[in-house]
Amino acid sequence: MISNLINRKIFTLLKVQYSNMLEYRVEIALWAISGIIPFFMLNIWTNNNLNESINISDTLLSRYFLCAFFVRQFSVVWVVFSFEEDSLMGKVSPYLIQPLNPFFRYFAQHLAEQITRFPFALIIAFFFFIFNPESIWIPNLSILLLSIVSTFLSFLIQFLIQSIVACLCFWTEKASSIERLLFIPTLFLSGLLAPVVSFPGYVKSWIYLTPFPYLIDFPANLLSGNETNIIGGLSMQILWIILLFPLFKKIWSEGTKKYTAMGS
Amino acid sequence: MNLRKYLKVYKKFLHTSLASELEYKTNILVDLITAILSLVGSIFLLSIFFQNNGFIGGWKFEQALIIQAIYTILNGITNTWFNPNLTEIVKHIREGTLDFVLLKPIDSQFFISLKKINPSGFLEIMLGFLLLFFCIRINQINLNLSFLTLSLITISCSICILYSLWFFISTTTIWFVKTWNAIEVLRSFLYIGRFPLSSFSFSLRIFFSVFIPIAFITTIPSEVFLGLSVFWKIFLEIIVATIFLINSRKFWLFALKFYSSASS
Repeated sequence: MISNLINRKIFTLLKVQYSNMLEYRVEIALWAISGIIPFFMLNIWTNNNLNESINISDTLLSRYFLCAFFVRQFSVVWVVFSFEEDSLMGKVSPYLIQPLNPFFRYFAQHLAEQITRFPFALIIAFFFFIFNPESIWIPNLSILLLSIVSTFLSFLIQFLIQSIVACLCFWTEKASSIERLLFIPTLFLSGLLAPVVSFPGYVKSWIYLTPFPYLIDFPANLLSGNETNIIGGLSMQILWIILLFPLFKKIWSEGTKKYTAMGS
Repeated sequence: MNLRKYLKVYKKFLHTSLASELEYKTNILVDLITAILSLVGSIFLLSIFFQNNGFIGGWKFEQALIIQAIYTILNGITNTWFNPNLTEIVKHIREGTLDFVLLKPIDSQFFISLKKINPSGFLEIMLGFLLLFFCIRINQINLNLSFLTLSLITISCSICILYSLWFFISTTTIWFVKTWNAIEVLRSFLYIGRFPLSSFSFSLRIFFSVFIPIAFITTIPSEVFLGLSVFWKIFLEIIVATIFLINSRKFWLFALKFYSSASS
């Protein structure tokens, strides 16, 4: 009964958000295009034969960057920007009355956007294969499923981190600048611009303890068939989610107590 | 006479927008840390590229640092002036407040391009200059008058090209209403300006000098600093910058013909 209700809620939310997202197809296509930085990086790597020093062949490296592109496409999170706007405009008040945590709404928005984005990402991948026909490969089914799971976990980690930052909107007006600060280590350490294996030793010694390499490097390695520790990676992802979730619940309950609607 | 009026108006702009931005003091601090981290991150990325290679596209590490410095200065300028103002155009058009701008007895392009200022970008510009002076020391560049004029000319041309690119995309808002994402696409392309153009493959080099002249923005000024630049390249940059500026003006006037205010 209860689970049926939750299912119906989630289904309705998803349906509403998906039709909303379909309205803005061009916008989402542009979002997809703005994520092509990994391909430029790949161009630098292969054009200067930098990959020889880290013992990854051209083909494997191009697969890695293609997968990094895909993982990034399906783990982009912008909840803090939406929440900041809603909170400043006072739109959060009606959401708070509803018997549903407003973050479910944002969550559904992100999922719906990913579904809309999927065909555009496929088109970009298609062009990539036209230019790099030697890198075509078909991952086996279990690897494919595992990498979808780990991409989703990576999305969850980023969604939780950003939701925690978004809750800071209850205290400050510009929480998005904190998010911009957090984005910098995500950009450089997650493996979007260079695979983590290529990092110098003094970074590699501690980076696997942070959540960053599990955001893009781990799922991309898994999908592209590069060497990686599957069980270790997945368990670290789950560990981070277990650590972040109570923190989010705590800051959410503190924040909503602090929240005062316009005019109060 | 006319110039004096515009200078006076600009002083007022500076005053009001600085006063409102300085309300958020911690925000400026967070932005400074973001700028520092972002520079550290890109130097880190550069050091990965150079860890087993002496040259990337014919550039040494110390020389490539100059590109980073110029990129940081230009990015600071973008964050100080272009980003806060030109994203405002989107808001003006969506909410119909562009009418108020057009009715003012002042040039509309001047108004919307310079109305706001974001002081945290200054810190990034200073950071870029610090790195630039450091690069001048380690590359043993001797400063003389002709070198200073040439570098000043090329950097101001880069600023003009950058401004025109931002302004072009923001102007298209008149037809498309939502251009946040087009700006995101531009940002991701501009990211390429952090690396020497010669480190990319031939086809990308053509793309980045003909379609989106990112090549002109950072590579040519850096070549001037190293004394590598050829006269025709500087000349070409001046021509490209002039064409871009004139066309951005023409395009704005053309686009205004299609502007219909909120209820018409």
